[in-house]
Amino acid sequence: MTDKFKNIKKDFPIFARYPKLVYLDTTATAQKPKCVIDALDEFYTTCNANVHRGIYKLSEIATEAYEKSRKVVAGFIGAKSKKEIIFTRNTTESINIVARSFLPKIIRSNQGTVLISSMEHHSNIIPWQIMKKQLNFNLQVIKLTPEYELDMDDLEAKLKKYNVKLIAITHISNVLGTINPVEKIASLAKKHNCYVLVDGAQAVGHIKIDVSKLGVDFYTFSGHKMMGPLGIGVLWAKEKLLEKMDPFLGGGEMINTVSWQSFTPADIPYKFEAGTPNAAGAYALGKACQYLEKILPYIKEHEENIMKYFIENIFKIKDLTVYGPPLNKKIGIFSFSIDNLHAHDISYILDEQNIAVRAGHHCAMPLHKKIIKKPSTVRASFYIYNTLEDIDKLIKGLQKAVKILK
Amino acid sequence: MSLYTREAIIQHFKNPQNYGQIKNPDIKIKHHNPLCGDEQEWFFVFNKSKEKEKWTVKDVKFTGSGCAISTASASILSEYIKGKTIADIQKIQTSDILNMMDLDNLSSNRIKCANLPLDTIKKAIKNI
Repeated sequence: MTDKFKNIKKDFPIFARYPKLVYLDTTATAQKPKCVIDALDEFYTTCNANVHRGIYKLSEIATEAYEKSRKVVAGFIGAKSKKEIIFTRNTTESINIVARSFLPKIIRSNQGTVLISSMEHHSNIIPWQIMKKQLNFNLQVIKLTPEYELDMDDLEAKLKKYNVKLIAITHISNVLGTINPVEKIASLAKKHNCYVLVDGAQAVGHIKIDVSKLGVDFYTFSGHKMMGPLGIGVLWAKEKLLEKMDPFLGGGEMINTVSWQSFTPADIPYKFEAGTPNAAGAYALGKACQYLEKILPYIKEHEENIMKYFIENIFKIKDLTVYGPPLNKKIGIFSFSIDNLHAHDISYILDEQNIAVRAGHHCAMPLHKKIIKKPSTVRASFYIYNTLEDIDKLIKGLQKAVKILK
Repeated sequence: MSLYTREAIIQHFKNPQNYGQIKNPDIKIKHHNPLCGDEQEWFFVFNKSKEKEKWTVKDVKFTGSGCAISTASASILSEYIKGKTIADIQKIQTSDILNMMDLDNLSSNRIKCANLPLDTIKKAIKNI
C-alpha cells in the first residue's frame, strides 16, 4: 500500500477492537476515524443544549458549533453559502425533500417526465414512484451501455423525445462503482431546460466535489458513508430553488410566526429543518470533512492501487464475473458472482474468516433483475483503510468458499 | 465450527429433496425474500377430508434458487411435512427448523433464510 497510509488504519478505532477484521463494506457505511467519534463525545460533554432555542450561554455554544459545521460542510463541497446546506438524516431524506417539495413546483398533473438511470439505488427510485402516484407524470429510465456505463446517447434521445423536467441520477453507482459524467449531464440538461438532482452518497469522501462547478441543481449525500456519524446527511441546493420550495416537515424551528390557522416559514436553511436537529451529528460531520480535506487527494491514488490489485488477482477464482466498467471509469466498488454459488453463502463463509462483504441486491433490485440478471451479487468495496493484504485474504476466503460449496 | 461443515445442511443443499414441480397441484405459491431477492415456488397436493385441519400432505415439491440455508431448510421441511396434517404444520416453529437443521443458533439475517420455506408453507395453507 502507499507509504503515506501505512499507519492510517490506526486512526480508526474499530480495527483496534477487531484486529482481524477485513472490512470491505464501506459502500454500506464507512468506518469512523477517532476524531469523528471524539467529536460526538465532545459535543455532548461541552456543547449539549438545544440549538437555536435558549438565550443562555450553553445554547449559544451549541448553536455556534452546529452552524460552524454547516460552514465547514459548505466549504467542503464548494457551496456558495452555508444557507444552501440543509442538514437531513441521510441521502434518502434529502432526495425525498426534493421529490415532495420541489417536484410539484415544476410538474403539473399528467405533464412532464422525470428521468432516472438504470443504476439507481432504491432511494433514488421510490421517492419518484411515490410522487408519480400523486402527479401522474412519466417516469423514464436511462439505459446502460454493455460496459455498465450510462448510455449518453439514450439520455440525449430521451431528452429530445420527452418533456423532461428533472433528471435524478447517481454520481457513483453503489453496485457497479461507475462514475457518471455529471457535468456533461448537467450541461445537456441546461439545453433542455430541466433540473438535475444528484445522489452523491458514494461520491463525497471518495472524489473531490465542487457543486459550484458541476452545474447541477440539487446534490444529496449521507454523513456516514464519508466517515461521519450515522443519522446526519445533507441536501445542497441553489438558494433560489430552496426559497421557491415549500417546507417538507412542519414543526419547531422551521417557522417565523404561527397562529391557530396558519404559519409563515423561516428563512432557508431552517425552513427545511423542522424539529430538534441532530446537532452532535452535524458537528461530527464537520470534523469528518476536515479529516477528509487532508487526505482526499490521496484517496484516489490509494483506491487506484487497490482496484488494480483486485482486478489482477480476483480471476484466480474460476467462474467469477465482475459487473462494472473499466477501472478508469469507476471507484473501488466491485460486485461479482461465482457461477452456481449463492451470494449469501459466499458472504457467510467469508464472515467466518472475519471478512465483511455485502451480499444481496444492494438496494438496487431493478439493476440486478434487468441488467445483471441475478437476484443477488457479492460486493467488496474499498476505502483508505484497506490494504492489498485485505485483497489477498478475500481471495483466500473465496477459494475456501468455492471448495466448500461446489 | 463452520455452518457449512454441518452434514444436514450440506447434504440437503447439494441434493435437495422434493425439488421440482407438480402438474395440477391443489395449491401453488410463490414467496420472496426481500433481503436477498430469492424466490421459491411451492406445489402441494393434499389428501382431503371434511375438516380442513385434518387434510394431510400427499405430495409437495419446490423450485427456485436459494442459498444453502434456505435450500436445505426447504428440503428438510418438505420431507417433514409429507403425511402431516394442516394442524400439525400450523404448529411448526422457527426453533423446530433450526433443530431439524442441527443448528443451535443463527444470525437474525440468516434466520430469515431458514424461515423462507416455513413462511411460504404457512402462507399456502392459510389460503386453503
